[in-house]
Amino acid sequence: AVSHYRLFPKALGRLVSALGVRELHLALTQGFWRTQAWGQPPLQAPAGAELWVWFQPTVTDVDKAWKELSNILSGIFCASLNFIDSTNTVTPTASFKPLGLANGTDHHLLRYAVLPREVVCTENLTPWKKLLPCGSKAGLAVLLKAERLFHSSYHSQAVHIRPICRDASCLAVSWELRQTLTVVFDTFSSGQGKKDWSLFKMFSRTLTDACPLASQSKVYVDISPKNKEKELLEVTPPSASVHEAIVQGDKRTYAVYDLLSPSLFNTSRSLNVQLKWKRPQDSSELPIPILHAQRYVSGYGLQAGEISTLIYNTHPYRAFPVILLETVPWYLRLYVHTLTIITKGKENKPSYIHYQPAQDRRRPHLLEMLIQLPANSVTKITIQFERALLKWTEYPPDPNHGFYISSSVLSALVPSIVAMKDVDMEQSPLFTSLFPSSDGSSYFVRLYTEPLLVNLPTPDFSMPYNVICLTCTVVAVCYGSFYNLLTRTFHVEEPSRGGLAKRLANIIRKFRGVPPL
Amino acid sequence: MGLLSDPHCRRALSRLVLRLNTPLCLLSYLLGLGWFLALPLPPLAPRTYMSENAMGSTMVEETFGMGERALSYAREFAGHKKKAGGMPVAWLERTMWSLGLEVHRQPFTLTLPFPDETRERYMVKGTNVYGILRAPRASSTEALVLSVPCSPGTQNNQALGLMLALAAHFRGQIYWAKDIIFLVNEHDLLGMEAWLEAYHDINLTEVQSSGALGRAGAIQAAISLELSSDVVTSLDVGVEGLNGQLPNLDLLNLFHAFCQKNGLLCTIQGKLPRPEGDSLPAYAHSLQTLLLMVLAQASGRPRGDHGLFLRYRIEAITLRGINSFRQYKYDLTTLGKTLEGMFRKLNNLLERLHQSYFFYLLPSLSRFVSIGLYMPAFGFLILVLILKALDLWMKLSKGETGNAERLWDGDHGVREVEPRPGLLALVPPLVVCHAAGLALYFLPVLGQHVATQHFPVSEAEAVVLTLIAIYVAGMALPHNAHRALSGGGSDRGWMVLKLVALLYLALQLGCLALLNFSLGFILAATMVPAAAAVTPNGPRVLLGVLLVLGTPAVTLLLTIFLQRELEEAPAGLGEGWQLFLGALGEGLLQHHLYGSILYPFLALGAHPCWLLLWNVLCWK
Repeated sequence: AVSHYRLFPKALGRLVSALGVRELHLALTQGFWRTQAWGQPPLQAPAGAELWVWFQPTVTDVDKAWKELSNILSGIFCASLNFIDSTNTVTPTASFKPLGLANGTDHHLLRYAVLPREVVCTENLTPWKKLLPCGSKAGLAVLLKAERLFHSSYHSQAVHIRPICRDASCLAVSWELRQTLTVVFDTFSSGQGKKDWSLFKMFSRTLTDACPLASQSKVYVDISPKNKEKELLEVTPPSASVHEAIVQGDKRTYAVYDLLSPSLFNTSRSLNVQLKWKRPQDSSELPIPILHAQRYVSGYGLQAGEISTLIYNTHPYRAFPVILLETVPWYLRLYVHTLTIITKGKENKPSYIHYQPAQDRRRPHLLEMLIQLPANSVTKITIQFERALLKWTEYPPDPNHGFYISSSVLSALVPSIVAMKDVDMEQSPLFTSLFPSSDGSSYFVRLYTEPLLVNLPTPDFSMPYNVICLTCTVVAVCYGSFYNLLTRTFHVEEPSRGGLAKRLANIIRKFRGVPPL
Repeated sequence: MGLLSDPHCRRALSRLVLRLNTPLCLLSYLLGLGWFLALPLPPLAPRTYMSENAMGSTMVEETFGMGERALSYAREFAGHKKKAGGMPVAWLERTMWSLGLEVHRQPFTLTLPFPDETRERYMVKGTNVYGILRAPRASSTEALVLSVPCSPGTQNNQALGLMLALAAHFRGQIYWAKDIIFLVNEHDLLGMEAWLEAYHDINLTEVQSSGALGRAGAIQAAISLELSSDVVTSLDVGVEGLNGQLPNLDLLNLFHAFCQKNGLLCTIQGKLPRPEGDSLPAYAHSLQTLLLMVLAQASGRPRGDHGLFLRYRIEAITLRGINSFRQYKYDLTTLGKTLEGMFRKLNNLLERLHQSYFFYLLPSLSRFVSIGLYMPAFGFLILVLILKALDLWMKLSKGETGNAERLWDGDHGVREVEPRPGLLALVPPLVVCHAAGLALYFLPVLGQHVATQHFPVSEAEAVVLTLIAIYVAGMALPHNAHRALSGGGSDRGWMVLKLVALLYLALQLGCLALLNFSLGFILAATMVPAAAAVTPNGPRVLLGVLLVLGTPAVTLLLTIFLQRELEEAPAGLGEGWQLFLGALGEGLLQHHLYGSILYPFLALGAHPCWLLLWNVLCWK
């Protein structure tokens, strides 16, 4: 339980202790990380809202706690997390492991949900900023002005809570709250094709001081030389120190600006980091990530379809396994027997498959697979589905917009090309915790594919639709009688003998010798 | 209902149908044609209006001003095209990349079933190049397409220039919510088919394509642009797609609204807007436009590269710049503004275009005839077949009940047993006619090599001539197989056969009219009179001529003449015949390359049905 709230936000702290949360990861993202153009993401998140939580083993009713938690978070972050229910919650078995201290990994304590339709905007940013000890009043956070942050190609804000060791001996446990914000600015449209930037240009603010509560406040600028060319870019003002680290299998050099060092603000009152490219870049210089993926819906028509996922391993000689997690809503009925995994023209048998079929209106499909990706290959995974016809009250307000299928998740230990040495934890805590490497040769990557938009068969919901329904009903009702009439032969029936009175009268008439009535 | 269950009324009704059958049929047929001719009149053709809320009330302010840049791109492209002797793939990729687009290329190859002589294609190799403008803060779930065909010669250079200039302009804007794909397709429709199949990862035809593709989610709308001059006098819009599919009317409304906003002259079917007022010339003009649309839709042939999008439920139109001798010319800036406005409106869409009509006929761009109003015309034509079938049915059943009643009346005399032809008698003609249809469908393409070995003709000619030969030979087939069966030669025999043929025809045309009204209507208008009139007892030569005039092939020939007449470029007999041969070959190609249903429908459905009627004529 959290005991004091000098730095830790009270709202989250009470949540953690009241609901028995052991680990909480919430990401709100607008846009999609273009791996091909931007390289490997530092921390990717799927479009929309993503929430995954590990609960303490003491929690008896996990589903109830999960429901309560998503509702409270919805209030804290002004996001529609309250739409998380059993139809979009899954319990993955292999894809999500606890990141902090954990005794056991009983996956029944895990809940994972994605809301791909969630739109992220300022009302989500403001509560996120309020969690910072200095708010957006001082320190690095002064840069976070909503009108600039949302004038970008990609915006992802996240909150991660996990238990960690308090010190090296690990006798006591502390709670770690990490807030991350990833923004991609499009310098192309504002800079006439040039990629130069400065803090002021991007945020229309400069840095003046550090947050007084901070023990560390640094700006890292990636100045890694590409193709052994040193003099490709220029950073002003020159940084006091340079940090070298191996991040995601790649050797990177960072210029570091320490806001706490008094020398930084000696010459000028504010820090405005600027970066200039010495010559324009070519398309060939873009690094191709070792692992990237693409997903799309194939086929046409409103009856059936196919979800195809292409996973690329561009490593020249190392094969590695990847865990794929697919969550598909129930209204797409997956045909699991059509699941095919093809690599280099041959079938690739997954070494582990966990499939949980959907239940209509109750829970989604969950498909987890461990697939070996051979070196320098493309793996194509396809599975066919049929589109269900919903009840007419189940359609959302814009039914013809389509229905979202959340991103699939790829988790892999990617072998690095350069040899990695274990970075000293004490020296650079930020990098080791952000980019952990399990051993010297590989690093962990979690990738998300594109969300999909699928059209379901949709009634018209308009006046002609009602007319057609009505006409069809009338025709259906009339059909039987028409058919009956057209196929039956009619005979003129003899008039009946009449009632008792008439019969009596006829008997009397017979006696009298007059013709009957 | 009461009318039918009351025996007296029933008898009266059936007497009416029997006695007044011919006048009723005639009346119904004339009503159908009359209704169709009345379609361009204002009460049946109301003004168009925008139904989609997201594109309606507000107007965007266009800021495109790169007309000069478009022209310089066009010149540069023309130079590179000439140098490369085809599509300058590398230059396009470089240019698109420098504009800040994500560039992809898609090579494809295809071998046609037989050489296409008009376009000189047989083994086709090409490359599509496209650049994707990624919308900021959107996750590539929706996309719009602007496509330009890379045509041989100097055609469409300006269209490409305008597309690149638009791409440059669009890249600098921040309001995009949908990705925009700028596509340059080689070999016009073939390239488009290859691209669409690769994008949707399906294989409908035999196009082979390779390469990793960039995708941008579900495509919501597409506009194909054709432009071959630096200035234009008007913009023509092509709507009809493959198999007569039409885009949502709102897309056309959008185009029309922006043409009016920018003062552009826009035409449809190459016809100027209808003169105002209810005068006779206005009516004649509207009717011409309508008829041209009906003919184009009936052909099932896409009018422009947009036509293949419609299969994937992507609303699409083709815009074609026309440069004629009119005085007012518009430069590329105005065209660019129009396109910019359309794309920004499409960008605003929350849902796929679905609010407005998908089935309509256009007597002009500002008026439309909806499905509810044009269907009665077809209904009246089909009613003729139903009435005739009812007449035959009642005559046949009367004979039966007559026999039965005689038996029931207690006639103790030996009942003369008239040999009753069973349904078995129907089997030989049905089988023979459908076998002829199957031969018509398969033999021309399969037998082309045999034909070229034995006759001095090229493959394409061989295919078309085989087609005609089988078609004509179908009429000369020995249609007296039924005589082998007992009692086949009686009156009842042909009546049953005609009844079946009429119902079969009505069913086919009814289904067809739901998919492609124009085709259904034209076939009904030509086949119904002959089908209703045919009998082995009447004036055989006259009926034979009527029947031959109603055959689908003759209809095709006549519609070709009619179309040229409406386009005010009448064709002579020889030219018409050449066009006819070309249309046959093209119809086959359309089926094999894009999956058009016209050829299989005629070969496997309409032609056998017509042969059944021919059979009736030759019954004795």
